[in-house]
Amino acid sequence: MVEKAEMIRVEKLNKSFGDLHVLKDIDLEVNESDVVVLIGASGSGKSTLLRCMNFLEIKNSGNVIIEGETIDPQKNDLNKVRQRVGMVFQHFNLFPHKSVLENVIEAPLMVKKLKRAEAEKEGKELLAKVGLGDKANVYPNKLSGGQKQRVAIARALAMKPDIMLFDEPTSALDPELVGEVLSTMKELAKEGMTMVVVTHEMGFAREVGDWVVYMHDGKIVEKGHPSELFSEPKEQRTQDFLSSIL
Amino acid sequence: MPTFAHFFETLLESYPVFFEGLWLTIRVTFVSVLIAVFIGLFFALFKISQSKILNWIANVYIAVIRGTPLIVQIFIFYFGLTEFNIPKFWAASIGLALHNGAYIAEIFRGSIQSIDKGQMEAGRSLGMSHTLAMRRIILPQAFRRALPPLGNQFIIGLKDSSLAAFIALPELFSVATTQGARTFDEMTYLLIVAVYYLVLVLIFTLLVNLLEKRLSASD
Repeated sequence: MVEKAEMIRVEKLNKSFGDLHVLKDIDLEVNESDVVVLIGASGSGKSTLLRCMNFLEIKNSGNVIIEGETIDPQKNDLNKVRQRVGMVFQHFNLFPHKSVLENVIEAPLMVKKLKRAEAEKEGKELLAKVGLGDKANVYPNKLSGGQKQRVAIARALAMKPDIMLFDEPTSALDPELVGEVLSTMKELAKEGMTMVVVTHEMGFAREVGDWVVYMHDGKIVEKGHPSELFSEPKEQRTQDFLSSIL
Repeated sequence: MPTFAHFFETLLESYPVFFEGLWLTIRVTFVSVLIAVFIGLFFALFKISQSKILNWIANVYIAVIRGTPLIVQIFIFYFGLTEFNIPKFWAASIGLALHNGAYIAEIFRGSIQSIDKGQMEAGRSLGMSHTLAMRRIILPQAFRRALPPLGNQFIIGLKDSSLAAFIALPELFSVATTQGARTFDEMTYLLIVAVYYLVLVLIFTLLVNLLEKRLSASD
């Protein structure tokens, strides 16, 4: 078997907000093309862990290693690191003053200094890929939640990241719009994108996840393949959590 | 009190004397508010900056300007700097700009801080620097949100420009007092100048409303 490259490794990660100890000695690795799904109750630290992976939150201690490089937020240029690690947010965070296409090409133009024609060509391809080829010139306020989130995915992909982080991408959506976003993410997984996904969608975790990580109270309780973790969880707390939501 | 007929007649007849003053008032207002917008933007950024020194500079500036009367500021600026021989137009414009700048700084600070934190995070997550995200993502949205209070500040600036009469700048109000003293018909000229200001403010309010409507089309 070919050893997959390591994309993210988190070692002994600790993070506190004031007196609140949110992440406690977290160890986790994500290999190339893996889809790692983080599950757990609200406040268990899953979003914070995700945000530590692209340095929107800065750890208190421990290491975050991206593609073999230990990132020191003081020394490394985080802007460069973040270009390799795309992020999709719960509330989309589209730029309301820019059209859909402008949202997608903003960073390629301003950060990567791509030529406009090239950026627009790539941007339109990405929009077609997420099924929104006809919405290029529309403003975000004219889109449904599901469409907004697919634009946000296209916008993150426009920087050609090696890793994609999803922070509860369907939690703010009406139930009937969840499917379209999940199927876009499924496509992405099929193409071999390395993904870390915080979600409450257990169906997605089971179907698309290579690994499921259950977090509780700032710690990783259990990590396993979805077939194992969902059908025969080893830990009592995992069992309790799964029986409370399934 | 003058009769209405007399007031109306003088209003119609006196416009050539007022014309220069009107034009000067408009120029002083636009120049001073334009400079004030730049001053305001800088001090707003100072105020929200991580640097304690920049915070302090902005706080002192805003406290001093807001804590002293505009007329005192204009006089200090004009008489205090006579040795530099600053033309009256620029003494008044810069004085008004420094004054309005402090208020506009607070307007911008408020509108920048009202933009959802997720906007900056989205920009940063795409690899933008803080400065780039501020320039491309936050400020364009903040400007739009600042437009109604900026329009209000412009109107205040327009009316405050009448204080430049006290350093003998021949703007609208100054024309009115001069004409009043010359003809011993003060009240008529004061009422006329009030009409001029009122009409200017109403026209400008209309323009701001139109601009707001156009910009809100994409919201």
